[in-house]
Amino acid sequence: MGLIVLLGVLLVLSVTVGTREVAWPDIIAALSGGVDGIGQAAVAVRIPRTVLALLAGGALGLAGAIMQGVTRNPLADPGILGVNMGASLAVVVGVAWFGITSAEAYIWTAILGAGASAVFVYTIGSLGRGGATPLKLALAGAATSVAFASMVIAVVLPRADIAGGIRSWQIGGVGGATFERIVPVLPFLAVGFMICFLSARKLNSLALGDDLAAGLGERVAVARAIASLGAILLCGATTAICGPIGFLGLVVPHLCRLLIGVDHRWLLPFSAIGGSCLLLAADVVGRIVARPAELDVGIVTALIGAPFFIWIVRRQRVREL
Amino acid sequence: MTVLSSLDLIVESRRRRGRKYLVLVGLLLLMVIAIFMLTLSVGQSVTPPGEVLRVLLGENVPGASFTVGQLRLPRALLAILAGLSFGLGGVAFQIMLRNPLASPDIIGISSGASAAAVFAIIILSMKGTSVSVLAVAAGLGVALLVYGLSSKNGVAGTRLILVGIAVSAMLESVIAYILSQAPAWNLQEAMRWLTGSLNGAQLGQALPLLLALIVFGGLLLGRTRDLEALRLGDDTAAALGVKVATTRIAIIVGAVGIIASATAVTGPIAFVAFLSGPIAARIVGNSGSLLIPSGLIGSLLVLGGDYVGQFLLPTRYPVGVVTGALGAPYLIFLIVRVNRTGGSL
Repeated sequence: MGLIVLLGVLLVLSVTVGTREVAWPDIIAALSGGVDGIGQAAVAVRIPRTVLALLAGGALGLAGAIMQGVTRNPLADPGILGVNMGASLAVVVGVAWFGITSAEAYIWTAILGAGASAVFVYTIGSLGRGGATPLKLALAGAATSVAFASMVIAVVLPRADIAGGIRSWQIGGVGGATFERIVPVLPFLAVGFMICFLSARKLNSLALGDDLAAGLGERVAVARAIASLGAILLCGATTAICGPIGFLGLVVPHLCRLLIGVDHRWLLPFSAIGGSCLLLAADVVGRIVARPAELDVGIVTALIGAPFFIWIVRRQRVREL
Repeated sequence: MTVLSSLDLIVESRRRRGRKYLVLVGLLLLMVIAIFMLTLSVGQSVTPPGEVLRVLLGENVPGASFTVGQLRLPRALLAILAGLSFGLGGVAFQIMLRNPLASPDIIGISSGASAAAVFAIIILSMKGTSVSVLAVAAGLGVALLVYGLSSKNGVAGTRLILVGIAVSAMLESVIAYILSQAPAWNLQEAMRWLTGSLNGAQLGQALPLLLALIVFGGLLLGRTRDLEALRLGDDTAAALGVKVATTRIAIIVGAVGIIASATAVTGPIAFVAFLSGPIAARIVGNSGSLLIPSGLIGSLLVLGGDYVGQFLLPTRYPVGVVTGALGAPYLIFLIVRVNRTGGSL
C-alpha cells in the first residue's frame, strides 16, 4: 500500500519538478491540456516522459524479478545478463544495415535481439562444470554486454546520419518521449506483463529446485521458457524506446524481497511497482542534480545499481570458476 | 655420468628455448618496424621510403616533411608507445591475477584513468602532464578500490572481475555524463574517451608517454622474474623467495602507471590490454617472459588497427573501434573456453 502512495508522490514529482521551475497553476492547466506559455509547454513534455518512466520501470523491475526467479540467480538482471545490450545492438544493426524505420519494426527487432542474447548468454554461462552458477552467468552476461557495447559503436560510427544518437544506444534514457512513440509498444508490454504475472505460481515451484518442482507436477523447462519469454518481451520492448537501462531489474526485486518476502505472487507485482518508483525517482534526480542540463536515467541507475551489485557479489559465498 | 648428461640436456634445452624466445621477440620487433615504416610511407599519398628516411634524419624534404614529419610520424610514434604501454600493463595484470579476464580495461582501471582525464580536460580545463598525473592517480585509486572490494577471505578471481565490471560500468556512466556537459558535443573527441583514438596526435605528447614508459615500464621489467614466479601461485612464489606483497604492489603501481599515462593521451584503446597477453602467450609459449612480447604485440595491434581504421575500410574509424571489433568476439570466446575447461591463461 505504501508503495502505491510512494508511486503517486513520485508521479506528481515527475510532472512538477524539472530543469525549469513552473508555477502550480500552469502545471494544472498543462495537465488539462493547455500549452500556453513556456511553463505549460514544459509540463506537457513531462507528461509522456512520466508515463514512459512508469511503464519502462515497471517492465524492467518485473523482468528482473522473473530472471532472478527463472535462473535462481541473485545477480540476474536484464542489463547484467546482456539482454538489453543485445536488444540495443539488434536495433542499431537493423537501422544501419536494413534501414528499418517503423516503430513496430524497431520493437520486433529489439525483442529478437533480446531473445537471441538471452539464449546466447545462458548457453555460455551454463557450459562446463556445475551448470549455470550465479557467478558464471553474471560473468558471461557482463562480458557479452561489454562486447555488444563495442559492436554498437562499430556499427553506428560510420553512419553520420545516426551517429549523433550513439549515446542513446549505449545509455538508456526516457527524455524526449512522445505518446506517438509509446503507443506502439503498449500491446507488447501488455502481453509481457500478463505472461509474467501468470507465471508467478510456476516460479514459486521452481524456487524449490528443479527436482521438487518436477515432483509437484510442474513441467520445468516449459515453465522456464514461458516466464523467460515474458521477461524478454518486456526487456526488448523497453529497450526499443528507452535504450539499455541497466541495474534496475537487479536492485528492485532484492528490495522488494526484503519488504514482502519471496512469494512470487506478491513479489512480481511489487517489483513492477517498485521498478516504476525507482525509475521515476532516478529520472527526477537526474533532472535536478545537473541543472540546467539533464542526466540520462541510465546513468543514474548505473550509479545506484553498480554498488548494489558489488554488495551482492561480496555477500555471496562465491564458488571459483 | 648419467646425472651430468641429464643436466646437460636441461641446459641445452633451456638454451634452445632462450634462442627461440630471442628469435620470436626479434621477429615481433621487425614486424613493428615494418608496419611503422609502412604507416610512414603509405597513406593518402605514397612517399618513397628513401624520402621517409631523409625526413626521419631531420632533412627538409619539400612536401614529405609535412605529411611524414607532421602528420604520420607523431601518430605512428604515439601508436607504438601507447600499444607498448597497454600490452605491458595488461599482461602484467593478467599474469599477476592469473586470469586473462583480469585485464585493466575490463576491471575498470582504464575507465578510471579515462574518467579522470575527461574530468581534468573538460571540467578543470587542464592540459598536458597534469592530466596524466591525475589519470595515474585515479587509475591507482580504482585499482585499490576494486582490489579492496573484492578481497574477502582472499581475492577470488571471479569476484574481482565482477566487481571490476560493476565499477567500470559506473565510471563509464560518469564519462558519458561529463562528455554530455562538454560545451560542444564533439563526436571525434567523445570517441577518444569512449574507445580510444589517435586523431590529432602531436609529437609533444609522445615525450611524457615515453618517460612514463621508461619509469613504470622499467619497474615492471625489473620484476620479470618475480612475476614469472607468481604465475605458479602465491604460495609457490613465496617458497621460491619472492616477496609476494611487495612484488604485487610494485606490479600494480607499474602497470597502472603506464596504462593510465597512455590512456590520458589516446583514451582507453579498446581491448588492446586484454588481447596482447593471450596472443603473446600463443606465440611465445613457455619459452620466456610474456612482458616484452606482449608489449610488442600491443604496438602491432594499435599501429595496425589505426592503419586499417584509417585507410583500409570504407569509412575512417578511430583505432579503438577496430581493436574493439577484434576484441569483442575474442572476449566471448575466452569466456566459453574458461567455462568449458575451468582453466585460466
